[in-house]
Amino acid sequence: MGNAEIEVPFEHFESLEQQRDAARVGIWLFLATETLLFGAIFTSFGLYHRLFPDAFSAASRSLAWELEAWNTVVLLSSGFTMALCDHYAAELKRGKVILTLGLTILLGLTFLVLKGVEYRGDYVDGQVPFLPGGWHYSGPDPSHAALFFNFYFLLTGLHAAHMVIGISLLSILFVRAIRWRSQFRVRSMLVGVGLFWAFIDVVWLFIYSSLYLINRPGGA
Amino acid sequence: MTNATATDLGRTDRVYSEDNYLHAGYGLRSWLLTRDHKRVAWLYLVSLTVLFVVGSISAALIRFDLLSPDGLIDASVYNRAFTVHGIVMVFFFLVPSIPTTFGNFLLPLMIGARDVAFPRINLFSWYLYTAGGIFVVITLLAGGVDTGWTFYTPYSTVYSNSAVAFAVLAVFTVGFSSILTGLNFMVTVHKMRAPGLTWFRLPLFVWSIYGTSFVQVLATPVLGLAMLLVFLDRFLGLAVFNPDLGGDPVLFQHLFWFYSHPAVYIMILPSMGVMSMVIPAYAHNRIFGYKFIAMSTLAISFIGFLVWGHHLFVTSQSVYAGITFSLLSFLVSVPSAVKVFNWTATLYKGQVTYEAPLLYAFAFIGLFLIGGLTGLFLATLSTDIQLHATYFVIAHFHYIMVGGAISGFLAAAHFWWPKMTGRMYPEIWARFAAILLFVGFNITFFPQFLLGLEGMPRRYATYPAEFQPLNVLSSAGAVVLGIGYLLPLGYLLWSLRYGQKAPDNPWDAKGFEWQTTSPPPLHNFHRKPELEGEHG
Repeated sequence: MGNAEIEVPFEHFESLEQQRDAARVGIWLFLATETLLFGAIFTSFGLYHRLFPDAFSAASRSLAWELEAWNTVVLLSSGFTMALCDHYAAELKRGKVILTLGLTILLGLTFLVLKGVEYRGDYVDGQVPFLPGGWHYSGPDPSHAALFFNFYFLLTGLHAAHMVIGISLLSILFVRAIRWRSQFRVRSMLVGVGLFWAFIDVVWLFIYSSLYLINRPGGA
Repeated sequence: MTNATATDLGRTDRVYSEDNYLHAGYGLRSWLLTRDHKRVAWLYLVSLTVLFVVGSISAALIRFDLLSPDGLIDASVYNRAFTVHGIVMVFFFLVPSIPTTFGNFLLPLMIGARDVAFPRINLFSWYLYTAGGIFVVITLLAGGVDTGWTFYTPYSTVYSNSAVAFAVLAVFTVGFSSILTGLNFMVTVHKMRAPGLTWFRLPLFVWSIYGTSFVQVLATPVLGLAMLLVFLDRFLGLAVFNPDLGGDPVLFQHLFWFYSHPAVYIMILPSMGVMSMVIPAYAHNRIFGYKFIAMSTLAISFIGFLVWGHHLFVTSQSVYAGITFSLLSFLVSVPSAVKVFNWTATLYKGQVTYEAPLLYAFAFIGLFLIGGLTGLFLATLSTDIQLHATYFVIAHFHYIMVGGAISGFLAAAHFWWPKMTGRMYPEIWARFAAILLFVGFNITFFPQFLLGLEGMPRRYATYPAEFQPLNVLSSAGAVVLGIGYLLPLGYLLWSLRYGQKAPDNPWDAKGFEWQTTSPPPLHNFHRKPELEGEHG
């Protein structure tokens, strides 16, 4: 399938290599902007954490950290399958590329489902300050705890939005991999989406450690 | 007369190439779905002009109101006028102005490429820009917004009853347009240069666009977040900036100025790049200190990220932070001064011809110098406490952002007009307009320095009677300045049809863009451009 065809770059590029390099630099720059976006939220969160340590610690301990530990495992596994996918793509193993892409998508969806379960639990426990009927928090200093939960929803919500975008891109890639019309296009998109996916994983590690774990010295 | 200079010197034999990008398609579709960077530049030029008119009308309202100490329009209308003026002029005109138009048109030409790295993203960013512009119009239809362009909290999040949400959405959207443009240009400079065109052979305009893009890519996301938080705060009561619920309003100022001070360098760096092209062309001299200018561009981009706290000298920011930001703000003036000295040295012993773009360049140097030096007063902690939020600040940043950035924009428009359109602009009118702009600008804004020194605060619809003479003078100057803007709009449009046909290189300037035809063909070059001299 398409083995003897000569791949041509877009008309404004001199070569496939130039096209691939441009895409790669582009995606790294994009991740730099994403870093500043999340960085600004983490900075703001850090400021309030320092201002209201007691309220924030107590609120943090009421999060479903065990559930999200499993979710972390799910997400890191998806990072692993994505890395495998990249590896197989370099070896032009179409079947394994499709398999690992499918697994990555499934794991991503699992993460979102578990996230939904967590959000539902938050609502039941009255930990959603901005929803009607969602706020009956019994911990100390509820007004500052509300600030914590707002940051919690902001960070995890923005992260989940990135997951949705990532899964959509993976799905497009999945279709392209099944068609396998241009191995060059599949591979170059895979590099971009793979880096984006890895970035989402890393952001989650920061979210998990700074929202869920930071206030749990010496275990649960 | 221009025709005479061009042909007498026998600079080129080709005049107005019929095989050009403007003839590559004629319908509306050929423009709205184009991927040609040269056409995208025109799309931007048209949208920018529309929004510039919106911003100018609101400026006219401000100056009209201030003719009388009691104010001639309703105070709440006045608040909306200065807010829309600020939002439109900063986010929709000055920030995108030179990069999206001349940057788009020239960057691939200058580096010998066929297009930017991502042509579809380039077009998409214009659509984002336009969507943002539509949100501005919706804001106006919904009754306008009265927070000031800075959206300071908690007024914007809790108390204002105006259309803050739409305005914030507009800024958020146009921010993404800016990020994508910057990203596209950075990749283009890194990966699309013609073989042999090494970094230190790049035209200085390319350096300035690169430095600008760096700031756009890294600073704008933080503004986007600040806008998102204001939006969510209004609808969900997120309270992040609401002191009643433990939020910190000064945090918003930090996030806002982390973008909005570097944004000043987004506005001025491209103009500096234009200066570095225009001045050597009319001085008929090579640029003095090429590497210093290139490196000072990067220095401004970098140090520009570390000075935002000088907007917060009178907040709860600690005095040690204040001292640090003050020092860093002084530091950023050094690379700016390096550039000014280099341009002056380029003129020295040159064969200077005083065509309109050079007159605009002189206007730039004069206005930028005044704006830059008065900036030092504001970077000084003690004087800033007196001058903060007075008309001194208004005058200072208009000298930089309007005097500097718009002089640079108009210099570029005239300098590259023959290349973009294949037509010459009328030289006499252009010189007249350049002089009018300089005179009108100074009459408008110099009195505001004096008003600020005497303590007239910004953002008030009324003022004590003793300030009236200077305010009337300022408003009169605004009329002259307005004519200075309208003239180029008129004669440049006129020249599209009636202007003399332009040769490939009417100014005998160096650079790849002057080696191709005027206007360039669809793929920019009929034959590969050749490196000439030390830098391209």
